[in-house]
Amino acid sequence: MTTTDAEPTPAVPAIGEEILSVDGLVKHFPIRKGLLQRQVGAVQAVDGLTFNVTRGETLSLVGESGCGKTTTGRLLTRLLEPTSGKIVFEGRDISHLSEGRMRPLRRDVQMIFQDPYGSLNPRHTVGKIVGAPYRLQNVKTEHGVKRAVQELLELVGLSPEHYNRYPHEFSGGQRQRIGIARTLALRPKLIVADEPVSALDVSIQAQVVNLLEDLQEEFDLTYVMIAHDLSVVRHVSDRVAVMYLGKIVELADRVSLYEKPMHPYTVALLSAVPVPDTKRKGKQERIRLQGDVPSPINPPPACRFHTRCWKAQEICKTTEPPLVELAPGHQTACHFPENVEQPTAKAE
Amino acid sequence: MSTPLEVEPGSSSAQPEAILKGVGKIEGRSLWQISWMRLKRDKVALAGGAFVLLLILVGIFAPVICKLVGVTPNDFHQDLVDPSLQTPIGKLGGVSWDHPFGIEPVNGRDIFARIVYGARISLLIAFLATLLSVVIGVVMGIVAGYFGGWVDTLISRLMDIFLAFPLVLFALALVGAIPDKMFGLQGDALRVALIVFIIGFFSWPYIGRIIRGQTLSLREREFVDAARSLGARRPYILFTELLPNLIAPILVYATLLIPTNVLFEAGLSYLGVGVRPPTASWGDMLSGAANWYQVDPMYMIPPGLAIFVTVLAFNLFGDGLRDALDPRSR
Ligand SMILES: Nc1ncnc2c1ncn2[C@@H]1O[C@H](COP(=O)(O)OP(=O)(O)OP(=O)(O)O)[C@@H](O)[C@H]1O
Ligand code: SF4
Ligand SMILES: [Mg+2]
Repeated sequence: MTTTDAEPTPAVPAIGEEILSVDGLVKHFPIRKGLLQRQVGAVQAVDGLTFNVTRGETLSLVGESGCGKTTTGRLLTRLLEPTSGKIVFEGRDISHLSEGRMRPLRRDVQMIFQDPYGSLNPRHTVGKIVGAPYRLQNVKTEHGVKRAVQELLELVGLSPEHYNRYPHEFSGGQRQRIGIARTLALRPKLIVADEPVSALDVSIQAQVVNLLEDLQEEFDLTYVMIAHDLSVVRHVSDRVAVMYLGKIVELADRVSLYEKPMHPYTVALLSAVPVPDTKRKGKQERIRLQGDVPSPINPPPACRFHTRCWKAQEICKTTEPPLVELAPGHQTACHFPENVEQPTAKAE
Repeated sequence: MSTPLEVEPGSSSAQPEAILKGVGKIEGRSLWQISWMRLKRDKVALAGGAFVLLLILVGIFAPVICKLVGVTPNDFHQDLVDPSLQTPIGKLGGVSWDHPFGIEPVNGRDIFARIVYGARISLLIAFLATLLSVVIGVVMGIVAGYFGGWVDTLISRLMDIFLAFPLVLFALALVGAIPDKMFGLQGDALRVALIVFIIGFFSWPYIGRIIRGQTLSLREREFVDAARSLGARRPYILFTELLPNLIAPILVYATLLIPTNVLFEAGLSYLGVGVRPPTASWGDMLSGAANWYQVDPMYMIPPGLAIFVTVLAFNLFGDGLRDALDPRSR
């Protein structure tokens, strides 16, 4: 009846060398109250993530607002220190590296931020913003910082003449390009892009996504791309991890995930997305999830999705389904997965 | 929200020309230039600012101005004082071409000259005290706001303590107790330094609190994280990323703190703990005039008006500055 007897298998990238591996990553934000600031609870923003990122690929992290995507991104770039778990970048455990030890590694791991209005200092010129990486990392440039910055601006589709402008003079899409230019300055290997386009007009989103794709090709970048919507990352992802309340509920390569989603949550997310794929169009009805996302302060026990899942059974409330590989390269954490060639699977 | 994104792999990054059209015609304008344009439209604030500027010039060029008018602040003119009544001879407290604001009772010193020299002391003390409190307040506020935790708790409690301090009583006691020479200073220099220290050292929490609050919200902005993700050190974040965003509130509250300090200095002088006679100061003149208001009411008007107009001008300018710089009206 269930698949719990299957052994949990670690995420193994199909091909290529591993650049980042994350094991049991946890971040709890303590909630303190009272005069003595005693801890009365914790926001379980990220609660046990395990995944790998292969060099050159794009791994997307998708989930609703508040499921811990940004927190994950900040952990990977070590803007936050994990409560527990391990982050290994290029064979080096960076989970608890000190600020000083982390500094040289920051050249290799960069982040694009969610809010193009908040991520650029309004009192700094574009030149100062994009040139900051060189100054902060003491990187010498061949023809001076100004020249390097202007080249970067051109690279992301802006004009070198924008050097002396201020962020407020630019549109959202242009600001995001400025932010991208800044992350590229140090020629990083891994870029965590936190919803790089969700604050932008739909008409501009594609341009920025395309830019990111082009840059990936040009500089052999590896992306961890965060999105709250499966449609945005459909074309750029190699693999997709779906998050719900601080946990990965499904992790699969793109084709497998979009065409044969196994976790009921993924199925629900996909049903909300207009699918151009004609094969699925006819039979797919929109699944409306009941209720709100529960609070990460007090998440439901066992399967965190059981309060909203239409397939939930008793076991879902008592036993946590492990993230297991049910098809090659396709991991799911569910007692009753969909699209699995098993008698227990929902009849198609 | 879920509009499908048709991204064709071949279309590559969109043409820059199309994207850049939006900013093509706009001149590179900093937020300061925009604020200045807004301030220029506020005539009341400009008038206040102009008066402040005038006052500063008067303070700086006090000797030149007095020489041009032909008056001196400390010379007695007893021939112009009624020997029996001790009041100035003539109408309106002895106003004449030689003494445009009249003369003091008893010794007949020129009031115009004393007002002009008094501006010096008033502004000097108010500016230096404000500078001191701004420096302390900004550093304390930015540190408390950025680091949070026990550092914030400590600094915040310190602010409460300083604000609860009976400042005037403390000033009275301290100035009364100090010797004539200290720290290599003496006379008026020592007095001025002491008053600057007292006012500045005890009024920093006003600005400290504002800066702390602003820092608290600024540090959540993503550009701080962006700097951290590039490996920025703490001093860089505090003084290169955060401080430029705090200049506006600092300017505004400093401008509004100056008139408070002008009043405070006048109050201290009035109570006799300001600069020593014969050095002119507005508060001291006012206190002298208070004894004579029944027989020579004119004596009270110049120093009273000087303080009033100065405070008003600074406040008008400060309010206009706040409106011009306020990010919420942007
Ligand atoms: N510094 C913090 N202190 C306390 N709680 C936090 C902190 N940062 C995030 N959280 C909480 O952790 C949870 C996950 O937040 P996170 O920002 O990672 O979500 P997200 O998936 O990025 O959401 P969104 O799509 O809205 O950006 C939220 O409930 C949030 O309130
Ligand atoms: S484990 Fe149960 S509740 Fe959780 S997603 Fe699967 S069927 Fe739904
Ligand atoms: Mg987020």
